[in-house]
Amino acid sequence: MMNTLDQLRVGDRATIVDISGEDGVAIRLLEMGLTEGEEIEVIGFAPLGDPIEFQVRGYRLSLRANEARRLQVERLGS
Amino acid sequence: MSLPAPPATEPRTITVALIGNPNTGKSTLFNALAGMQAHVGNYPGVTVEKKIGRVRVGETTMRLVDLPGTYSLAPRSPDEMVSVDVLLGRQPDVGRIDAVLCIVDASNLERNLFLVSQVLDLGLPAVMVLNMYDVARQRGTEIDLSQLAQRMGIAVVPTEAHRRIGIEEVRQAIARAALAPAPSHPPLFPPHFYQECASLSRELPNQNGNAVPMYLVERLLLDVNGHVERSLSAKGVVNLNQRVAAARERLAKTGFRVPVAEAKIRYGAIRELLSGVVRHPPERRATLSDRIDHFLTHRVSGLLAFVVVMFLLFQLIYTGARPLMSWIEAGQKIVRAGVAASMPPGALQSLLCDGVIGGVGSVITFLPQIVFLFLFIAILEDCGYMARAAFLMDRLMARLGLSGKSFIPLMSSFACAIPGVMATRVIENRRDRMVTMLVAPLMSCSARLPVYLLLIGAFIPATTWLGGWVSLRGLVLLAMSSVGALVAIPAAWLMKKTIFRSETPPFVMELPAYKIPSPRVVLYRAYDRGRAFVQRAGTLIFATAIVVWFAGYFPGDHRELNSVQARIQAKASASSEDPSQNAELSKLVERENELSSRLIEQSFLGRIGHAIEPAVRPLGWDWRIGVGAIASFPAREVIIATLGTIYSLGSDVESGDQGLIESLRNARRPDGTKVYNVPVALSIMVFFALCAQCAGTLMTIKRETNRWIWPVFTFVYMTTLAYVGALLTYQIGMHLG
Repeated sequence: MMNTLDQLRVGDRATIVDISGEDGVAIRLLEMGLTEGEEIEVIGFAPLGDPIEFQVRGYRLSLRANEARRLQVERLGS
Repeated sequence: MSLPAPPATEPRTITVALIGNPNTGKSTLFNALAGMQAHVGNYPGVTVEKKIGRVRVGETTMRLVDLPGTYSLAPRSPDEMVSVDVLLGRQPDVGRIDAVLCIVDASNLERNLFLVSQVLDLGLPAVMVLNMYDVARQRGTEIDLSQLAQRMGIAVVPTEAHRRIGIEEVRQAIARAALAPAPSHPPLFPPHFYQECASLSRELPNQNGNAVPMYLVERLLLDVNGHVERSLSAKGVVNLNQRVAAARERLAKTGFRVPVAEAKIRYGAIRELLSGVVRHPPERRATLSDRIDHFLTHRVSGLLAFVVVMFLLFQLIYTGARPLMSWIEAGQKIVRAGVAASMPPGALQSLLCDGVIGGVGSVITFLPQIVFLFLFIAILEDCGYMARAAFLMDRLMARLGLSGKSFIPLMSSFACAIPGVMATRVIENRRDRMVTMLVAPLMSCSARLPVYLLLIGAFIPATTWLGGWVSLRGLVLLAMSSVGALVAIPAAWLMKKTIFRSETPPFVMELPAYKIPSPRVVLYRAYDRGRAFVQRAGTLIFATAIVVWFAGYFPGDHRELNSVQARIQAKASASSEDPSQNAELSKLVERENELSSRLIEQSFLGRIGHAIEPAVRPLGWDWRIGVGAIASFPAREVIIATLGTIYSLGSDVESGDQGLIESLRNARRPDGTKVYNVPVALSIMVFFALCAQCAGTLMTIKRETNRWIWPVFTFVYMTTLAYVGALLTYQIGMHLG
């Protein structure tokens, strides 16, 4: 099922399908290794619900929800 | 201490650039390589710090250039362009680069290699350092070093920089690499891409007789609206954007989609490179770091832990730095007394005692706060908590238009804005960093406290409610301590809407694994910040103190004062128990204070105070308060000593001084009305809450931004706010009666 990355829940894992936009945010996400086909896991949300902590390429990354929304992902069954 | 070099061989200097992701221990490695003797400055026109160290390896002198931590070499701003320019040898004040040292986190190779992959495209001799090699091993990651070096075509050296392990090997590897010809790497991108670059390159005009370097042409194609594209079109290259867009479109038809393609190809190549070279443990175990992270970012325990950390920060500053500051003040008094006793009263004595010693004092009294705050910040950074603090606070700060990274600098500013401004370096986005730096001085720092205490003690009635739990004095103190922070919210918002307009920066932040902070790293960081403050802002603060001394001393006839002071000196050294002698002495002191008061009125400072009286009258002030406000430019708390002098009490008064409180309560205007009442006291307090009367902060802003415009801007906007705030306070106060 297709989602944007911000719609996932804690513990969900997904495969990155696409990144929308060509601006600084999109480029930064790409540079940080969020490329097509890569697996990403939701580790947790900050106390106020935003930003979100992820695990990708073996490291921990924090993204705001409106940045995570740029990523189309396919959720993986657990 | 070193032996003279044999004259037969020619000494050689090679320049080596250090580059790496943030959180890789790059600065620690730099210090381990270059020792403590780094030269720190700024690159012209940008806020990037230039740090150059020197080290000898055999016959070779190595110049080490520490570049700012970065995830990529795709410049999007002038600040980011500096690193690229340095590496390409286009930064005139650095010169040609002979070799690049890439520092990577051994436990996080995949993402770290993205930057290395870009660096290798520059075609410079390179060495890769696998730092924190011990952490990777502990996590069960196995790296086949010789295979990795072979596949990358460069030397690979494992290190543990914080324990100084592997440092000599790094030095040797650089020396070897710089001598050898640059290794050639097979092209990463498809041939179409290089063809487009070549044809684009032919159309670009030469810059200062040189063709645009191929790496920049590649960046021009790869970075949508990047710095290269913007600066070339700003230089008037005709139809640049259309030509670049057309080239990108042609590439897209071959399946090379900008900007996705670069990351995809580089990360693809990295994975291929690492396959069979790096072996991770079969299953990702929940590490201790994971469990700590879960606790510290948890909705309840995370916030509680955060409050505790912030409390500790303040506790450390108050219990740690306060005593040191009072020792410094006491030491200053002793030195001053010693100097005063050793020479006759006069301009020179006053220059030394009030100007020089006071000036040096005003620099070093800040040191304990700076050192303690940076000790604490360094511990938070080195253990990995700093990023979590930003993570926890981001939502809150985003509502103010800033990011979580602004929280700690602003919080620190409640103790002292100087380390707060210095701490904004963690904010990599220029707009957020500038706004944070410019509103930081609005936070109620500890230097405002004596001013509030004096005026509250003198004029605010000691009314209490609810059985003594709530007091009016406490409420006023609370209001004064929060007014700056409250004003900072619209101020930050306005700055972001006007002078710093730009797209919202991404808040894409790595959360590094937790580790035990290294004492060496932490102590060095605190030492380094303290030294940077003294060397770079200290001279300017000192100069300000001398200028203000001069304005308070000249012009004026000091002969009578000098002779009175000489008699006091003689009397005091006689130290007699005779009561008549003591009465005479106190009479002389009284005369001294009276003369000092008259002299300050005649001085430039006093004249300025009189000249601005019409401007400060709507605030309810007389010229004396005006003089106090001006004289407190070096630091806010100076107003107390100035008022002491003006009211003939001598400059040696403190905020709780009953004599000063009585003088303020009884001060009258020429028409006989009282100068001070509650609205006047509130007006002065609001002024001091919002004004920029702190040379130390302004000079630190100058040093951090590398431009004079920003301290001037800060001074002007804060003084305007302070004036308007004081005006409203007084006028509304008088209307309410």
